[in-house]
Amino acid sequence: MPDATGLELIAQDLRGGDGAEGDSEGPVVATEFFRGQATLEVRPERISRVLAHLREKGFGFLASLHGVDYYPHEPRLGVLYELLDMARVDRITVRLRVPTDKPVVESVTGEWPTANHQEREVYDMFGVIFSGHPDLRRILMPEDYEGHPQRRDFPTGGEPVIFTRDEAGWLESRE
Amino acid sequence: MSSTENPTLSEYRRREQSITLSTVEEQLADVDLSETTDELLTLNFGPHHPATHGVLRLLVTLQGEIVRDIKPVVGYVHTGIEKTAEDKSYWKVIPVIERMDYLSYYFNAMAFCGAVETLAEVEVPKRGQYLRVIHLELNRIASHLIWLGTSALDLGAVSIFLYCLRERELILDLFEMSSGARMHTRYFQVGGVIEDIPPGFAKKLDQFLQIMPVRADEYGAILNANEIVLQRLRGTCPLDAQTLLSLGVTGPLLRAAGNPWDLRKADPYSSYEDFQFKIPVGTVGDNYDRFAVRLAEIYESVKIIRQALDGLPEGPHMTEDRKVALPPRHELATSMEALIHHFKLVTEGFRVPPGEAYNPIESPRGELGCFVRSDGSSKPARVHMRDPSFVNLQALAHMARGGYIADMVATVAMLDPILGGIDR
Repeated sequence: MPDATGLELIAQDLRGGDGAEGDSEGPVVATEFFRGQATLEVRPERISRVLAHLREKGFGFLASLHGVDYYPHEPRLGVLYELLDMARVDRITVRLRVPTDKPVVESVTGEWPTANHQEREVYDMFGVIFSGHPDLRRILMPEDYEGHPQRRDFPTGGEPVIFTRDEAGWLESRE
Repeated sequence: MSSTENPTLSEYRRREQSITLSTVEEQLADVDLSETTDELLTLNFGPHHPATHGVLRLLVTLQGEIVRDIKPVVGYVHTGIEKTAEDKSYWKVIPVIERMDYLSYYFNAMAFCGAVETLAEVEVPKRGQYLRVIHLELNRIASHLIWLGTSALDLGAVSIFLYCLRERELILDLFEMSSGARMHTRYFQVGGVIEDIPPGFAKKLDQFLQIMPVRADEYGAILNANEIVLQRLRGTCPLDAQTLLSLGVTGPLLRAAGNPWDLRKADPYSSYEDFQFKIPVGTVGDNYDRFAVRLAEIYESVKIIRQALDGLPEGPHMTEDRKVALPPRHELATSMEALIHHFKLVTEGFRVPPGEAYNPIESPRGELGCFVRSDGSSKPARVHMRDPSFVNLQALAHMARGGYIADMVATVAMLDPILGGIDR
């Protein structure tokens, strides 16, 4: 893990590099150092460039990409990118947050092919739309499923189990 | 024909001998092969095919016998464990999370407990760490044995499956001894392990450690001298380390391609830095290397267990922090405070400070990372498992493209996907 100072240096670097291009708001929203783990919160539209920058710094392996629902805090949906520097054995988490009414994030599958299945899973479970993803379909839930079950306001239970013998009656009751 | 007139033959035999393949052969000779080879065929493989190691469905595009593309379809055993975990207090999450990757249950529990320990700043005593290592490595051997047996079945070797399961029984007996359950043992707890090993465990483990390398030698002798196995594994479906890394592949698949990345060495957790062991690596990253690396890992796991058993420190197996760990049974009869702690723990559970943690460990299939987000209550706000099978599955199409469909079956076997882990 980069230590707290190292994280600030990375954030400073990102701010400086992008601010020079005449952008008033830098890509970094916040930094967080908690229990020895460094997290960089960035603005969603800058994610590809932040990841590309970190890759140049040595974080060349995208270990994991997963979603979080921060209900009741806004913006609700979060996507986390766990980056790993294999040479220095260093990890950093990049986080972005998008609101539920416009949950669009740029896909990173072009640069990081490993994100393909994982972005599909985040779309499936949280409804985050990854623009530019080559094949954005549900991956774990059935294709005709409605809703995104990992959201915190999605209820557990209460879903009817369709046994073959009840199928006809169940379909009628839905109409 | 003369044979049809032979009166000694039965009616059936006479009809059989009258069949001629000439019409079929002539028809084949007329067909222009240059046209047919361009035709693509999409074949549905699975989900209920024994060679898919679970309910994995593959849409395979074939050109003749050559695989041109594979689209994996998963989700058939999705049970919503991550969602279920959000409704349970931390210590009740462990049993459900163990059922994700059902062959490496200790690893699932370890990843989750490690993440919660990071959040709650709980120290695991040295003895607890060593006991964890012993069980993790036993579990790694058990998982590799199942992989070896079922993979050999896919390659047509039936008897090796029985041998592998015979040795796995010994491991399950050990698990039963230490925790009371053979699978999904719920032995790891936040703060350590639930119970110390019982008397006789060390002796039985010692016997197993003597048997296992000999048996692993036998597996190697059987498979490495088998012409069919070698022909189906050597040089088939290789993939270089750079592509594997870009696809996020870790574990034995990456090591088979020559990259010695192993979290036990690179970023030791649970006292792995105390043990001497080697990381087996391959050279070209073909199916044979994947097989050889896992077989060699069995020996290394035996070495680690031997060192952990010999150097097992005295002391508590579980943290003394009564806020997360259940008090010992005997204290309940004498101490009011212990009773209160016990009551709080089994009713509400313990609360974890708000925050997020990602805890990666080296499972038999690669990096198994557990992400836990706490909102300060006694239930996790989010549990996510970065399952290596789920990520590694993306590499299948890259490995099998351009090879024969028979090699694809071998590649699925060497990929070692566990559908419980993929679908969660």
